[in-house]
Amino acid sequence: MAASEISQPYPGPGLDTFPKLLLHNARMFPDKDAMREKEFGIWQSWTWQAVADEIERFTLGLRERGLEAGDKVLIIGGNRPRMYWSMVAAQVLGAIPVPTYKDSVAEEMQYVIEHSEARFVIAEDQEQVDKVLEVQHRCPMVELVIYDDPRGLKTYDASTAVDFEVVQQQGAEVRSSQPELFKTLCTQGKGEDISIILYTSGTTGQPKGVVLTFDNVLITAYQAALRDGLSENEENLCYLPIAWVGDHIFVAQSYCMGFCMNCPESEATVMADMREIGPTYYFAPPRVFESLLTNVQIRMQDAAPFKRKMYNYFMDVAKQVGIPLLEGKPVAMLDRCKYAMGKALIYGPLKDALGLGRVSLAWTAGEAIGGEIFDFYRALGINIKQLYGQTESSVFITAQPDGEVYPETVGRPSSGVELRIADSGEVMYRSPGAFHSYYKNPESTAATKTADGWVHTGDAGFITAQGHLRIIDRAKDVGKFSSGQLFAPKYIENKLKFFPHIQEAVTFGDGRDSCTAFINIDLGAVGNWAERNNVAYASYQELAANAEVYAMVQASVEEVNESLLSDEMLAHSQISRFLILHKELDADDGELTRTKKVRRALINDRYSILIDALYNGAEQCFIETEVAFEDGRVGKIAGDIKIADVKTFTSIASAS
Amino acid sequence: MSIQNTTADQQHNPAVLLDLKHISLSFGGVKAITDISFDIYEGEVRAIIGPNGAGKSSMLNVINGFYHPQQGEIWFDGKHRQAMKPYEIAYQGIARTFQNIALFKGMSVLDNIMTGRFTHMSKNLFWQALWKGPAEQEEIANRELVEHVIDFLEIQAIRKTPVGRLPYGLQKRVELGRALAAQPKLLLLDEPMAGMNVEEKEDMCRFILDVNDTFGTTIALIEHDMGVVMDISDRVVVLDYGRKIGDGNPDDVRNDQTVIDAYLGVSH
Repeated sequence: MAASEISQPYPGPGLDTFPKLLLHNARMFPDKDAMREKEFGIWQSWTWQAVADEIERFTLGLRERGLEAGDKVLIIGGNRPRMYWSMVAAQVLGAIPVPTYKDSVAEEMQYVIEHSEARFVIAEDQEQVDKVLEVQHRCPMVELVIYDDPRGLKTYDASTAVDFEVVQQQGAEVRSSQPELFKTLCTQGKGEDISIILYTSGTTGQPKGVVLTFDNVLITAYQAALRDGLSENEENLCYLPIAWVGDHIFVAQSYCMGFCMNCPESEATVMADMREIGPTYYFAPPRVFESLLTNVQIRMQDAAPFKRKMYNYFMDVAKQVGIPLLEGKPVAMLDRCKYAMGKALIYGPLKDALGLGRVSLAWTAGEAIGGEIFDFYRALGINIKQLYGQTESSVFITAQPDGEVYPETVGRPSSGVELRIADSGEVMYRSPGAFHSYYKNPESTAATKTADGWVHTGDAGFITAQGHLRIIDRAKDVGKFSSGQLFAPKYIENKLKFFPHIQEAVTFGDGRDSCTAFINIDLGAVGNWAERNNVAYASYQELAANAEVYAMVQASVEEVNESLLSDEMLAHSQISRFLILHKELDADDGELTRTKKVRRALINDRYSILIDALYNGAEQCFIETEVAFEDGRVGKIAGDIKIADVKTFTSIASAS
Repeated sequence: MSIQNTTADQQHNPAVLLDLKHISLSFGGVKAITDISFDIYEGEVRAIIGPNGAGKSSMLNVINGFYHPQQGEIWFDGKHRQAMKPYEIAYQGIARTFQNIALFKGMSVLDNIMTGRFTHMSKNLFWQALWKGPAEQEEIANRELVEHVIDFLEIQAIRKTPVGRLPYGLQKRVELGRALAAQPKLLLLDEPMAGMNVEEKEDMCRFILDVNDTFGTTIALIEHDMGVVMDISDRVVVLDYGRKIGDGNPDDVRNDQTVIDAYLGVSH
């Protein structure tokens, strides 16, 4: 869709690429912080002018090293300023950055390198460089690896691996002879040029490279920023994988609005760093909000009785009063007073401890979020809302407007987005953010994007009476029981996962007569429970097989069954039997994607014995599974798994 | 600011940093060390191995001045060393870690590592007591160096955590940090990998090699894990019952029949 249909597509006339925005920001906000990173215990900062300078030297250095327009640059690393700068540097030269998940193993990386034909790799540290060098003999197209952190790399061959700063020095020399070169290069790109290729983790098969143009990313980001009233004074924490569109879109918003991005010191310090920065604008997958809440709950259970009582009392007040207050509805004077007291005693300090003290707007997306979790944050006065998007749409498809926040829906279409539900029940959209194509994969592109620009989301959903979109499940996952009734696995799994002691759940029922489930317990929450109740255990496996844990999970499953009863469309899909898996589902074993989504086909295959046991009435089942350890070695876990029957709540549902 | 010190440049031409000549040490009638001589080159990783009771830790204690040998000479950095107190030797540039971690359990990781900078603090109590002044400058400079050590050892997340609350493997890393903070010429590691799991061992190996690589620090280490010793050290000295029975590069030592018999076991 043409950008002209939107009244103000870009932050300024002609500002349609990242390089142009960079120059613009360096002119508009020369002394304003653009980027911070905590290093050596102190927040180091770069102004927009300094960022432009860093990128300029690196760009010219890359050019000197032979990077040309149309080349691909693989970028692999954590949330480091130089990783972000590399993307823009590549774009200035007309090359295309391909960011990759830093925890991907060498083979996964090899696939992306081969598929994208990357000539240059920009890697964060020795670990990543080693991975590239490991696969380099199979990927001869890689000419040069540039690393950010030189530690341990001193002895490496300088013709294949070179320090980021060395490249920058080369660039500085070029600049001294051609001072205007960078500016000229920056203005060359156009909005419709390809800006980035993002590889989706792919719940099925090999990852696909989603090609996005500058228009896709920048128009979508800017429209969302306008709607949310963002200014150049926002503070944002960059802690999501750089290869994820959810991170990239905030980088785009930072470039559009000129606000500051903050990189944490290390992955382990994100919570502490977030508290120090106090972001005003925050995005997290439901999983993060969930684990924050679980943490709070665990720690409150361990708190002194007085504190615990105070917490419980004021949280009850917050749940009654906080949400109407946030939505601007009338609230009685006495309740307001109680809430104000709670704010001083509990909510304020709690929000501060969570690093959410200054958050005026928080987004969540990717998965459904539990009503209880959602309400907890809203009750505290944090305006958390859901949006719906995917890599192919440059994130924003729908978003919840203020005052119209319902836990089960994902809101109204964003500006410029057209939405429709296909006859099959699949959600489709057409928007300025709709992706260009899948890289080197015209069949998939044609299957996903119609000739007139409509994109299949792959999600089944419908529009509610309020005009909001409600997503039920992945369209391909929605199945039918042998009775012909609808089976929506993810819907049920999400209900299960809202219990703090359930980490992950996989349900089965397609083509069967009833619904059954695999459960992964949450080692943190259940481990804490075990400690408090003097339950001894030596491993995850032992804890998972504990009878009391089974009883606890069983109670939760029954609660889910009871709640399903009230949903007319899904009352028949109550869970009749379940088991607790002997190991955590793990991305290293291929059972989850890197973004922690369940790979159903693989699980169906690997655990077929267990699934059969769920349906043939067996009381336990022996299983042996291969597991990959973090250092790459492979071991085996074996054991008997108990299968539990659950009470179901209607006469229609299959008897257990 | 860098924790690199001057020895790094001299790696190519191995100069002797520490030379032990005919050392004998006994406690009453018990002979711990009998007539042992060996040297440590600048910039190398030197391992001392041997069965239990071979005199390894005693040897380390002789080097850092905790024990005074009854016989023999110690030459450090080109000078003949007289009997000294351990703290005097610390000032000379020898730092160590201990077999059984010796940290201040109640203090934070940061404070523990800061104590490693003690030998580099010169301001007296008067200046220390003032908020502003030269002591503050000194403290800032030292803190900056300590932060580099923390960054190097990747322990940013536990900077403010009391050491007593940390798992064993991390405490070992903090202890290494404290020794590194002293910017030693010679770093003594007493069983740095004892009691660690495979992953922690791999991490520790990487840190030891990186320390040697990046800062050029000379390292002498005692270790039981033969795989580790053979992998990371340049030269190995083997002790048994207080005597030296082998000395050379790892491959030679591994194939030396006396060493195999004494340490790796005789096949019957």
